[in-house]
Amino acid sequence: MQKIGVFVCHCGTNIAATVDVEAVAEAARHVPGVVYAQDYTYMCSQSGQDLIKDAVKKYGLTGVVICSCSPRMHEKTFRKAVSSVGLNPYLLEIANIREQCSWVHKDKEIGTQKAIALMKAAVAKVELDAPLTAGETPVVKRALVIGGGIAGMQTALDIADAGYDVDIVEKNPTIGGKMAQLDKTFPTLDCSSCIVTPKMVDVGQNDRIHIYSYSEVKDVKGFVGNFHVTIRRKARYVDETKCTGCGLCMEKCPMKKVPNEFNLGLDKRSAVYIPFAQAVPKVATIDPNYCLMLNKGVCGLCSKVCGAGAINYKDTDKDIEVDYGAIVVATGYEIMDVSKYDEYAYSQSPDVVTSLEYERLMNAAGPTGGDLRRPSDGKHPKTIVFVQCVGSRECDSKRGGKPYCSKICCMYTAKHAMLTKDHYPDTDIYVFYIDVRTPGKNFDEFYRRAVEQYGVHYIKGAVGKVTPENGKLVVQASDLLMNEQMTIKADMVVLAAAIEPSHSARHLATLLTASMDTNDWFTEAHPKLRPVESPTAGVFLSGVCQGPKDIPETVAQAGAAASKVIGLLSKDKLTGNPCVAHSDEMMCTGCSQCADVCPYGAITYVDKEFRMPDRTTKIRRVAQVNPAVCQGCGACTVTCPSGAMDLNGFSNSEIMAEVDALCR
Amino acid sequence: MVYNYFPGCTLKEKAKDFDKWGRDCASALGVPLTEIEDWQCCGGVYPLSKDEIAVRLSSIRALAYAQAHGGVLVTLCAACHNVLKQTNYDIANDENFALKANNYLAADGISYHGEAKVIHYLELLRDEVGFDAVKKAVKKPLAGQKIGAYYGCLLLRPGYKMDMDNPENPSIMEDLIRALGAQPVVYAQRNECCGGYLAMEDSELPKKRVTRILGNAAAQGADTVITACPLCYYNLKKYSQDSGVKVRYLTDVLAEALDVKEG
Repeated sequence: MQKIGVFVCHCGTNIAATVDVEAVAEAARHVPGVVYAQDYTYMCSQSGQDLIKDAVKKYGLTGVVICSCSPRMHEKTFRKAVSSVGLNPYLLEIANIREQCSWVHKDKEIGTQKAIALMKAAVAKVELDAPLTAGETPVVKRALVIGGGIAGMQTALDIADAGYDVDIVEKNPTIGGKMAQLDKTFPTLDCSSCIVTPKMVDVGQNDRIHIYSYSEVKDVKGFVGNFHVTIRRKARYVDETKCTGCGLCMEKCPMKKVPNEFNLGLDKRSAVYIPFAQAVPKVATIDPNYCLMLNKGVCGLCSKVCGAGAINYKDTDKDIEVDYGAIVVATGYEIMDVSKYDEYAYSQSPDVVTSLEYERLMNAAGPTGGDLRRPSDGKHPKTIVFVQCVGSRECDSKRGGKPYCSKICCMYTAKHAMLTKDHYPDTDIYVFYIDVRTPGKNFDEFYRRAVEQYGVHYIKGAVGKVTPENGKLVVQASDLLMNEQMTIKADMVVLAAAIEPSHSARHLATLLTASMDTNDWFTEAHPKLRPVESPTAGVFLSGVCQGPKDIPETVAQAGAAASKVIGLLSKDKLTGNPCVAHSDEMMCTGCSQCADVCPYGAITYVDKEFRMPDRTTKIRRVAQVNPAVCQGCGACTVTCPSGAMDLNGFSNSEIMAEVDALCR
Repeated sequence: MVYNYFPGCTLKEKAKDFDKWGRDCASALGVPLTEIEDWQCCGGVYPLSKDEIAVRLSSIRALAYAQAHGGVLVTLCAACHNVLKQTNYDIANDENFALKANNYLAADGISYHGEAKVIHYLELLRDEVGFDAVKKAVKKPLAGQKIGAYYGCLLLRPGYKMDMDNPENPSIMEDLIRALGAQPVVYAQRNECCGGYLAMEDSELPKKRVTRILGNAAAQGADTVITACPLCYYNLKKYSQDSGVKVRYLTDVLAEALDVKEG
C-alpha cells in the first residue's frame, strides 16, 4: 500500500491569497493513499524542508507531492530534501499551483478547486512513480566560444587561465569585435584600441586558445559535457600557416574599390585584405565577391608577389569536427539598419551617419585619420545634431523598431559630444533625447560634464524631419520643455541607432536548442539567479548576445560565464537525467518513426533474435535508446504508433493516470 | 470589375478639373470610374475623438454601397481617402465603434464591418492598371519636365492604416512620374504638412510651411510639384510665387501625358 504525503505551500500570499491552502491540504487527506497532508508558509525554506523530511521519516512515506511553484523553480530543492532522508528523489511530484493556478486566477473559489484538481493529478502520478537512478557521463575537457569580440575573448582567456583548452570560432577574418572599432570608451575616455588590442594578442599567443577565424558553427550535436560540433572554415584563399601578414598583397591588389566593413563602408579596401593593422590572426583574406582572379580568372598579382607562397585560389570551404564539454555564446550585436527611418534622411545624405560610423570618423585609424570631416565634402562640421533612441524604445515593428532601450547610446553620445568639443571647441552640438539614462559608476557625472563644462545643448524632444538642402541638413525638431518648434541648420546628423542581436544568432540558437526572447536576445536560465547560463545545459551566455550591455558589464559577464564553464569542466563525470526514453522490444515494430523525430540522434535500430511461443526464433528490427544521449524530450513517445516507446518518470500510464484524476 | 468612385464635395466645386481629368484618364486606361449614388460629404477631416460616430456615418454608407456593388471604392481626394480608409479600418478593427455605428445604420438596413476595399487613385494606377501599362498608354511623354511629388500628410499617414507606401520615404508618385516620361525629383519635405485648414485661422503658418516645402523642391531642381489634395493645392498654389515652382494636380499631368485633355 502506498503511503503518500502532500505538502501545500502558501508561498507567502503568492498562493495563499488566491487558493485556500488549508482546504487543499484537507482535500488531500481524503484522497486514497494519502496518509499525511500539511500546509506551510514557505515550503522551500529550511523549516519547510524539515517538515517534509520529518514526515517522510515519521510516516514512512513512499511518495511525496509538493503543491507549490513551478518545478523549474524548486523541484531540485525538494528532491534533494527527500533523498537526504532515504526516499528516491524521483518519487516526488510537484503540483504547480502558483504559475499555473494562483497567479493566473482571481477568484479564490475557482483557484482552490483547480489547486485541488492539480494536487489529485500529482497524487495519481506519484502512485505510479518508480525509483530512478541517474547514470554518469564523462566530460570532454575543452570549451567552445562562439564569437571573438571582447566577451568571447575574455571568456576564452579566463577558461584558458584555469588550465582548460578553448577554441574561439569567429565569423570575421579577425577577432576583436565591435570594441576594436571604437575610438574612446566611456566614462574614462581611455583609448579602446589600447586596451583591446593587447587582449587580442594575449588570445592569439595563448597556448590553450585556438582561434578559428573566418569560420562558423555549422552543426551541433550531443549534450552537456559531450557536444559534437562541426565548424565550417570558410575558404580564405590564403594559407593561414604560411601568411606572414606582410601586407604586400594588399598593396599590389588592383581591385581597391571594395567597401571597407571595418570602417562601415566609409572608405574602400582591396579585394585581398587584412581588416586592420592589429588584426589577430594577422593573416590576409581574399574577398571572393570582388577578387578578379576568382571572378574573372584574370590577375593573380597577389600570388605573384607573395613571398611565402600563401595564396591558394583553389581553396574551398572545409568542415572540421571537434568535441567540447561546454559551449559559450558570445555573438554580440549589430547596429540596426536605420534606412527605414527615412525622416532622418540617412539614405538621402552621406552626412547623416550612425554613431558607430561617427566613431570611425573620430578614430585615428579611421578613414579620415581621426580628423573629423563630414563624408559629403570633407569639411569640418560646425553644427552637429545627435538624435537619441533611433529605433530603440519604439513599438513600430514594421520599421524594425525595438521595444527595448539599447542602454549604451546615452553614454556614447555624451562621449562623442565631449570628444568633438575637445578637438573642435567651436562646434555647436545639440542632443535630442527622450530621457537621458546614465545609471552606472561615474556615468551621470560624465553626462553632467557634457552639459555643464562643455556646453552641449541637451534638448528633451524629438527630431521630426531632416531635410538635406544646399549642403546643409535642416533639422526640424520640437523642444518639449520649452514647448517650441525649432529648426537647426546642421552640418552633420548622428543617429544613435538601436543595437540588435547578431544576425547569425537566431540560426545558432536553433542549432544549440537554446531559447531566445522575442527580440532574439538569448534567454538566461533564470533572470536573476542564473544570468550567464542558457536553459540548455552546457550552453553559456557571454556579453551582449543576452541583452544590451556596455563594456564593463560585458567583461564581467564574460568572466562569470567562464567561471561556470570552469566549474563544469572541472568535473570528471556528469550525473545524467534518468528520465530518458526506453523501448519495449516486444511491442516495437521497427517502423523508425521515433528515430526520425529524435532531435538528439539517440535512437538506433538493431536486429535482435526473439524466441517465439512455438519455440522457434525470429529476428526482428527494434529500437534502442542511448540513455547518455537521450534528453528526455518525449518526442518519440508521442510519435510511436505501437506505444512501445516510454519515458521514465513520465510514462504513458503515469500521464494517463494524471488525466484520469483531472477528469474525475 | 466595377470601380466605385467617391469624388467628394471639393471635386464637385473648387476642383472640378481634378475630378474630370481623373475620370477621363481612368476611362482611357480601361478602368472607368462609376460614381456611387447619393454619396454625402465624408466630413473632410477624420475625427480624432473615438466617440464621434455620427460624422462618420456618411463614410460608412458609401463603404457599404461599395461593398454591395463589387467591393472596391476608389477615391481621388486625399482628404476623402484618409477619412474613408481610416473609417473602414476602424469599423473592421474596433468592435465598440462597429457596434455603435451599425446601431445607427440599422434603420437604413445597413450592416457593415469593413469588408470593402478602399483604394486611392494612385493605387488604382499602380496595382490595378500597373505603371508599365500606364507607360505604354502615354501619348505625349512629359520629357524634360522635372516633377516633384507632394504627398502631404493625409495620403500616407497613419502608415499602418493607410498602408499605401512608406510614409517617410514614399515612391508611388515618383514611379508614376517616371512612367509619364518626366523626371521625378525627390525632396525631403514632400511628406510634410502644408498647414491644411490652419489657412482659415492663421494664414502666416501655411505660408511658412509652403515656402519651406516648395523651397526644398526648387532647391532639388523641381519645376513642377503635383498633389492629390485640393487643400494642399490651394495652399501650395497661393504661396508658390516666390519659389517659381508650378503646382498642378496629379491628374492634370496624367491627362496631359495620356493626351485626354480638351483644348
